[in-house]
Amino acid sequence: MADSPRTPLSLREQPVGKGAEAPPLPARQQEDLRRYLPGVEPERQLTDWGRSERVEGLLDRTLVEFYYRYWFRAEVEGIENVPATGGALLVSNHSGALPPDASMIGKAIREEHPHPRPLNITVEHFFKGYPGFSMLIPKLGCVAAHPANVHRLLYDEEQLVLVFPEGRKGTEKLYKDRYRLRRFGRGGFVEAAMRARVPIVPVCVVGAEEAQPIFAQLKLLKKLTGLLYVPLTPTFPHFGPLGMLGYLPAKFKLRFLEPIHFDEEGMHEDKGLVQTTAHEVRARIQEGLFDMVAKRESVWFG
Amino acid sequence: MPSQRILITGLSTYWGGRLAQALEADPSIEAIIGVDNEEPSVELERTEYVKVGTQHALLRRVVDAAEIDTVVDTRLVVDSATTSSRKAHENNVIGTMNILAACTGRGSSVRKVVFKSSSHFYGSEQDDPAFFDESMGRPHPPGTPIERDILEAEASVAEFADKSPDVNVTILRFANVLGPRVRTSLIELFSLPAVPMILGFDPRYQFVHEDDVVHALEHATQRQLPGIYNVAGDGVLALTEVAGLLGKPYAPILPPWGTGIAASVLRRIGLDFPSEMLAQLRFGRGLDNRRYKAAGFEYGYTSREAVLALAEHLRLHPLLRSSAEPYRYEREVEEFLRWSPNVRNGTRRPLSVSPQARVAGLASSPPVDHYDDLRPDEIISLISSLEPQALAALREYENGHHGRAAVIGAIDSAIARSQASDTAPGA
Repeated sequence: MADSPRTPLSLREQPVGKGAEAPPLPARQQEDLRRYLPGVEPERQLTDWGRSERVEGLLDRTLVEFYYRYWFRAEVEGIENVPATGGALLVSNHSGALPPDASMIGKAIREEHPHPRPLNITVEHFFKGYPGFSMLIPKLGCVAAHPANVHRLLYDEEQLVLVFPEGRKGTEKLYKDRYRLRRFGRGGFVEAAMRARVPIVPVCVVGAEEAQPIFAQLKLLKKLTGLLYVPLTPTFPHFGPLGMLGYLPAKFKLRFLEPIHFDEEGMHEDKGLVQTTAHEVRARIQEGLFDMVAKRESVWFG
Repeated sequence: MPSQRILITGLSTYWGGRLAQALEADPSIEAIIGVDNEEPSVELERTEYVKVGTQHALLRRVVDAAEIDTVVDTRLVVDSATTSSRKAHENNVIGTMNILAACTGRGSSVRKVVFKSSSHFYGSEQDDPAFFDESMGRPHPPGTPIERDILEAEASVAEFADKSPDVNVTILRFANVLGPRVRTSLIELFSLPAVPMILGFDPRYQFVHEDDVVHALEHATQRQLPGIYNVAGDGVLALTEVAGLLGKPYAPILPPWGTGIAASVLRRIGLDFPSEMLAQLRFGRGLDNRRYKAAGFEYGYTSREAVLALAEHLRLHPLLRSSAEPYRYEREVEEFLRWSPNVRNGTRRPLSVSPQARVAGLASSPPVDHYDDLRPDEIISLISSLEPQALAALREYENGHHGRAAVIGAIDSAIARSQASDTAPGA
């Protein structure tokens, strides 16, 4: 009897991570596990994601409130485009060295929406590696931008998720490139929305570029400190780390555009459709931004 | 096909012993045979202990002779502090291979293998998903010997499943275990006056209570559940939250850089941080436990309740330490009780509670007034004043209603003491 060659047990021969997934062990059927989600324990102050109502609320009442109401004097239109129930993926442009746009979008939904809902902000994994940040970031409702995390939030938990498809390319860009969107990643966010069959709500944010303009990237300091990037802003790095919070009082305008719905099953497997949709979303945000900037009379007073 | 003739490998481990005890209560199981190098550490009623390590030729003879249909492997070492990495490798990788070898081959009677694994399979890294599900592999190659062992052991189980399509193979990946009776490095750390942390990191932890571990193994043994399942209580806690539940402060004594060096310095003064734990102390880990719930398993404890149960135990521990007598396996006595023709009714453990008695216990009123309002430490201080019959009733009631391990343990030791004093004059 000719045996098939035995797979050696050494790990190098095994595709790492796939080692335990031989056919007779179905790792996971496509079953709906939503009803098995853990229940809420009212005694807890943190969610399973590490979000802390206490820390978030404290910051919301103080710093975020101050910036939203008095410093940036945020103006919101189209808030009705954010669905009151069910999952939805908010997609926004991104800018500023320590971007204030995410917290302003979250605050806008809490303040203006008839059904205020928590917003989950996706951030890059490297925050988890920075001491201090790693502790604080999840408490404020930020989750790592892992496809599995986004899917669980959108599909299983039916929550709002905010993504910045420009990612780091958006926050790195210089003042001269303001309001010109970078490449939208690889369309992973569209795939996530399609897989979870939730709408995408494009969001345009005007004002963040002027609130913290980046004049240059300091490559040498970046190498020395090992940080992601060391931008030169009006207050950083010469005023120290707190200079990262030094925003200029630009007028903030947020516009939530009409949602794009994906109701068919299996759309995410069509890569062409994913890319087309990603371009479409990007074009809508870009168009909205140009429209808003064109109508703006003053950077500081709107 | 229900399991009727079960072989437990690793009977002397805490899990092997607990599982054997749990399976003994099921009358549909004909035979429970446990193998290990060392003697059982818990009292067993009808489980037969055979002193065999993981030599596959010997195991094969046991399996064939007893017509074993189900093998439950509880031996995996998942805590590198308990033994040397060479011994752990021997046990985890070579041992698993040998046990699987004893189940393969033409005409083997084995139809089900349940393998106890660990969520250390997934590791702890910066770019991990917040909840690992069973289909996700390990994103990065393993960095510590124990994790490498776990991956290799699981790989050989998967290969076995691949080659033996008629055998039902279940892998259970358990989260960090907490409970009053089990000892792990993590529980050692939680027993310290303050919970040690890495400065600037607040990892997410998920736990499973020791009773849930036993029930999960039992659940897989009694059903046909091919595949991999995560076993972890509901809820993922931040470590600061755990410290709060334990009622302890947290101490960020490990620096964020040079953590390994600091840990090796602390090891000198007796604080052991196994290397797989350091990664978890930094990045934490969450598991998606829904698949095993969908398979019909119900957890007795959430992560939070598991921590609270541990906290209760840690507070009681100083009171109970002296009263607990460790069990010792006496080969001659066990053999006499099992096989001597003169034994008429001795094989029953005097204190075992049958399922019927448990139901009766549920219905009856508490043996002590306002019993339900008492705290465990109050109950324990009360125990010494009770008569043996009242103790038995109390134990039954506690078992049926609250099931607090600490209280039951205290009652047991009180009963044992009263029996010893009864028999002493006659002996």
